[in-house]
Amino acid sequence: MREEPKKYMNPYLAGFILGFVLLATIYITGRGLGASGALKSVVMQTVNDVAPSHAENTAYYKDYNASHPDGPLKSWLFFEVIGVIIGAFVSGLISNRVAFKLERGPKVQKSTRIAAAILGGALFGFGSQLARGCTSGAALSGMAVMSFGGILTMMSIFGMAYGVAFFFRKLWINK
Amino acid sequence: MGPLVPNIISSDFSLIIAIILGFGFGFALEQAGFGSTRKLVGLFYGYDFTVLKVFFTAGVTAMIGVVLLNHLGLLNVDIIYINPTFLYAALVGGGIMGVGFILGGFCPGTSVCAAATGKIDGMTFIFGALLGIFAFTEFFPLISTLYTAESMGNVLMFEMFGLSREVFALVMIFIAVGAFYFVQKIEDKVNGVTPSSSKKTILNYSIVIGVAIILVLITIITPTRSELMHQRIEHMLSDESINIHQMDGDEVAHELMNQYYKYNVIDVRSKEEFDKFHIPTAINIPLAELSNLENRSVFSQREKINIFYAGESVDAQRAYLTAEYFGKAENIAMTTTADQFKKNYYELNTVSENSSKKEKDIYLFRSNAATKLNEIQEALLKMDQPVEKKVARVQGGCS
Repeated sequence: MREEPKKYMNPYLAGFILGFVLLATIYITGRGLGASGALKSVVMQTVNDVAPSHAENTAYYKDYNASHPDGPLKSWLFFEVIGVIIGAFVSGLISNRVAFKLERGPKVQKSTRIAAAILGGALFGFGSQLARGCTSGAALSGMAVMSFGGILTMMSIFGMAYGVAFFFRKLWINK
Repeated sequence: MGPLVPNIISSDFSLIIAIILGFGFGFALEQAGFGSTRKLVGLFYGYDFTVLKVFFTAGVTAMIGVVLLNHLGLLNVDIIYINPTFLYAALVGGGIMGVGFILGGFCPGTSVCAAATGKIDGMTFIFGALLGIFAFTEFFPLISTLYTAESMGNVLMFEMFGLSREVFALVMIFIAVGAFYFVQKIEDKVNGVTPSSSKKTILNYSIVIGVAIILVLITIITPTRSELMHQRIEHMLSDESINIHQMDGDEVAHELMNQYYKYNVIDVRSKEEFDKFHIPTAINIPLAELSNLENRSVFSQREKINIFYAGESVDAQRAYLTAEYFGKAENIAMTTTADQFKKNYYELNTVSENSSKKEKDIYLFRSNAATKLNEIQEALLKMDQPVEKKVARVQGGCS
């Protein structure tokens, strides 16, 4: 029989550990943690592989490739996210939380949830590029080093999410 | 002194560290419950504020850590990556991400955690994020104006409010604690739970908060390492018994004429003064920049003897003591000031017939020395110029 998933960690303790990892990252590398940057590496590598002539003839890809001479995937964030995948998997494994599952609000169709996740992902991906970082790279890491831009991005993300939460409540709650 | 990459740890090895740190990041996120989309969006509907609690605690913990490491002189905050501020890109990009958060129920980091633990919605979110990033790179020319508008540089939050880093950290602790208290009330109300914290829990939280506040207060009250250094140097300057190895201008000139290659002559005046006149072969490191990281190698090398000179001989002594403080190199403070040296050697009054022998000798020595030193300088100029040392800011960010 499958064991019950364990309880989540105390949020403050988890936050403290996360903060410590972030501090170690800043101390060792001088930069913060991130996530969307790794996804960008994947996009760049894909474009380079699938449409090399397009990458060579478009200014944005040319600039990016010029600043990443070893290839998009040999980037700090890409390796960091490989670590995130392993770390999350191990954590899920020891807490009996690894399972194929589609999580959704109580009144939501599977297809709706998948479409919303893709659309939401697309918006998040696009926004993270515009704001030069996502919740990890801009908001969290920015807060640690007290960057004005990072904290502004954080307030903008959460402010907007609160602003529209009411209109999308059917995705998540019973009201 | 941190950061350790790239000066202490190589860039390739840093990729292995990336995996290790990423492991910790992913582990903490998953343990906090960030692999579950229902838990993540909870804060927007009031039933679960885990995101805010974890996020704020992590941010404040790291922030206090940075303040402490900076105070102890273990981390150079001037070169760590500071997310640059592009006002409109941050606001609009953040807003778009906010909508994406509600629709998709994840942010990129948490979607990776969800996918790693088998959540199909996490995987589809990642797929969507890749599409969104691709859309950005494809349509970049259309967005580039917004992307770069209102560039404000590496602005820091506390600078905006005219506070010190430490005081701002203290403010953030209070904001965080206030927010934790407030959201717990909302959470209890929405979930219909009667608040029940045992005395022991309250005590434990109070201790943690207290420790955080005390740590920051200590950094405010106690002097930083560089302040300590300056205090010590000033104290030593006023102490007659301290032995400072000194030479006057003539001795220095004599040494340079015969074996210039044995010495680093360092002019600690401003760049403008240095450009107007400097002793041949000298390099310029203004006194205030002497203790900067990029100049430390001057103090630790053992091949050459450092000779410091300044606009006032006490500044040369300060430079000497700074050098002694940081490294094992042999140092000398020149007693003759820069202006005096210039007068003695390059604005030399001719001696008359009835001057004393000593005056004549000095004149002869100094005019010879001036010519010789200029020749040495000329010869050195033809060789490689010294490389100007700079410590660059670390590159980072998510873009």
